[in-house]
Amino acid sequence: MSIEPDSLRAQVGPYFGDFGGRFVPESLVAALDELSAEYELAKVDPAFAAELTELHRSYTGRPSLITEVPRFAAHGGGARIILKREDLNHTGSHKINNVLGQVLLTKRIGKKRVIAETGAGQHGVATATAAALFGLDCVIYMGEVDTERQALNVARMRLLGAEVVSVTTGSRTLKDAINDAMRDWVTNVETTNYVFGTVAGPHPFPAMVRDFQKIIGEEARQQVLDLTGRLPDAVTACVGGGSNAMGIFHAFLDDPGVGLYGFEAGGEGIEGLRHAATLTKGRPGVLHGARSMMLQDEDGQTVESHSISAGLDYPGVGPEHAWLASIGRATYLPVTDAEAMDALRLLSRTEGIIPAIESAHALAGTLELGKRLGPDSIILVNLSGRGDKDMETAGRYFDLLDAGAQQL
Amino acid sequence: MTNTDIRPAFTSTVEARINARRAAGGGALIGYLPLGFPTLTESIDTAVAIANNGVDILELGLPYSDPVMDGPVIQAATVQALANGFRLKHGFEAVAAITAQVDTPVLVMTYWNPVLQYGVDRFADDLAAAGGAGLITPDLIPDDAQSWLDASERAGLDRVFLAAPSSSDERLVQAVTQSRGFVYAVSTMGITGARSDVDSAARVLVTRLRAAGSTSACVGLGISTPAQVREVLEYADGAIVGSALVKALADGGVAAVARLAAELASGARDIRAAV
Ligand SMILES: Cc1ncc(COP(=O)(O)O)c(C=O)c1O
Repeated sequence: MSIEPDSLRAQVGPYFGDFGGRFVPESLVAALDELSAEYELAKVDPAFAAELTELHRSYTGRPSLITEVPRFAAHGGGARIILKREDLNHTGSHKINNVLGQVLLTKRIGKKRVIAETGAGQHGVATATAAALFGLDCVIYMGEVDTERQALNVARMRLLGAEVVSVTTGSRTLKDAINDAMRDWVTNVETTNYVFGTVAGPHPFPAMVRDFQKIIGEEARQQVLDLTGRLPDAVTACVGGGSNAMGIFHAFLDDPGVGLYGFEAGGEGIEGLRHAATLTKGRPGVLHGARSMMLQDEDGQTVESHSISAGLDYPGVGPEHAWLASIGRATYLPVTDAEAMDALRLLSRTEGIIPAIESAHALAGTLELGKRLGPDSIILVNLSGRGDKDMETAGRYFDLLDAGAQQL
Repeated sequence: MTNTDIRPAFTSTVEARINARRAAGGGALIGYLPLGFPTLTESIDTAVAIANNGVDILELGLPYSDPVMDGPVIQAATVQALANGFRLKHGFEAVAAITAQVDTPVLVMTYWNPVLQYGVDRFADDLAAAGGAGLITPDLIPDDAQSWLDASERAGLDRVFLAAPSSSDERLVQAVTQSRGFVYAVSTMGITGARSDVDSAARVLVTRLRAAGSTSACVGLGISTPAQVREVLEYADGAIVGSALVKALADGGVAAVARLAAELASGARDIRAAV
């Protein structure tokens, strides 16, 4: 399949319009150059593609299913709602798609140690999993706030043999975990590859992570065509850093009839400061190695974000999303904590599928979109992950735990 | 023929200071302090004190929320400065207050986003008006720095880019060509913080920078003692000390940091025969 040069799918970085680049210490440039060069070679190497495809088939469980959810859709204006089931992947989310690609690349480069940041813990679990599979040393940086609210994932990572470093600087969430992972990388770059978890960061990460995630949309586009005989009217996803959203959007970028909607964490409401609605409320700036949209004060100091979902609790976003927003190809809207939690419970009760709180943001946004698009419309939703990791949060939120029951 | 460009060639006060120290048989001592720590006033007094105790060039850091090149000592100081209410405008006020008291050149060390948000041209103009000599930019590489190259050219400011042991020869030439004032040779692969040994990688890097055409290569990261200053200045044009000064300030106040500056300066003199 060849892509026309004027295709929206042809973007390879370092810049997406005005967004992207490499705003990093000089010490990291050689490693980024090495990674870019190795990735360019891997991209055209049939053996690399074959190895990744086989891992996806026999380890991840790809292709992931699509599931139509009519009982849930009845609450969304009667639009046909179809879920892309990334929650069924091994390790429970889309994060494994990217990790397997980057770990294969690490193997090609010949490095024996991987590091990663994680918010919800899903990217950390996926990285620890792949490190176990390939016999690599693995250190995961996670903000202290997140190690507390995603304690089960911390235990999973440790069981898989990874070291989990609880980051106590700054806001003690994902942004600070990225800072500490970068500091580790600057120091240990000779032996270590940084397996970055989303489509943000310096080039080549935004383009490379997107490429490893675009399989989501490529599969789903064909699956929806097979099921319904046509393309969907809209494709939706939650947006933290933006990898699951880019993953499902990418195959549809050149289908002008398909609306693309990203749902950001509106937290306690975007009128106040306790949210993570980067594209809705942010300004262009440089954070974590790229120029993109970000939450910041007048002086350019990063503002701490807030979301009930650790995976969306990030004051930045990938540069390709900032670009898609700037040219009007994709639309980004906030969804509050409460709206997301309602959607989480609704999908659980109507369809027997417990989504991750991150993914529940996409579900909540989709219900509203369905009411606008009406009963003849088809909406494809990226169900980026499953909710097992969120049971403590949900248990407390919905008061589901027996009094006196042992803490999860 | 209408050659209207009659501006005199720009001379960097930073470079002039480095050249003078070398000519006198030593090298330049460059001292880093974060502005606003422990308070804005005390950071101004401390900068003046170390300038009066043998520091040749001041490197003043603007506190930033996400300092990826900094280790725990400097991070803790900048976190405190921000918690105390440090704003960018205070940075310009401090530079003006310091340059009014000492004629030591002042470089500002800043991550890129604060400059971007303030406005690159406005930042350059206000820094020049405050008497600042230029910027050290730890997360800006020349490849992505066009707006700063233009603004610094226009405002007559120095621009110090970093060179690392991992940099290719090609990138070292770029760092040397695009820098003005000096080139910041990162002694080791890592972040700021005192180390017991200054990496032998620093000597190799400076040799490579010389081959790339540098006449002002200054080494930073991990230097904390007069002996280390002396060792570095045997091959480099300047030695940059940061965390050790910050720690002395945190532990012992202005008097302690002034004393350390004087000790460090003793390591920077009479290394070779004067030219
Ligand atoms: C299930 C799930 N969905 C979404 C996200 C958000 O990341 P991104 O926007 O990169 O897809 C995360 C991150 O941890 C996640 O675990």
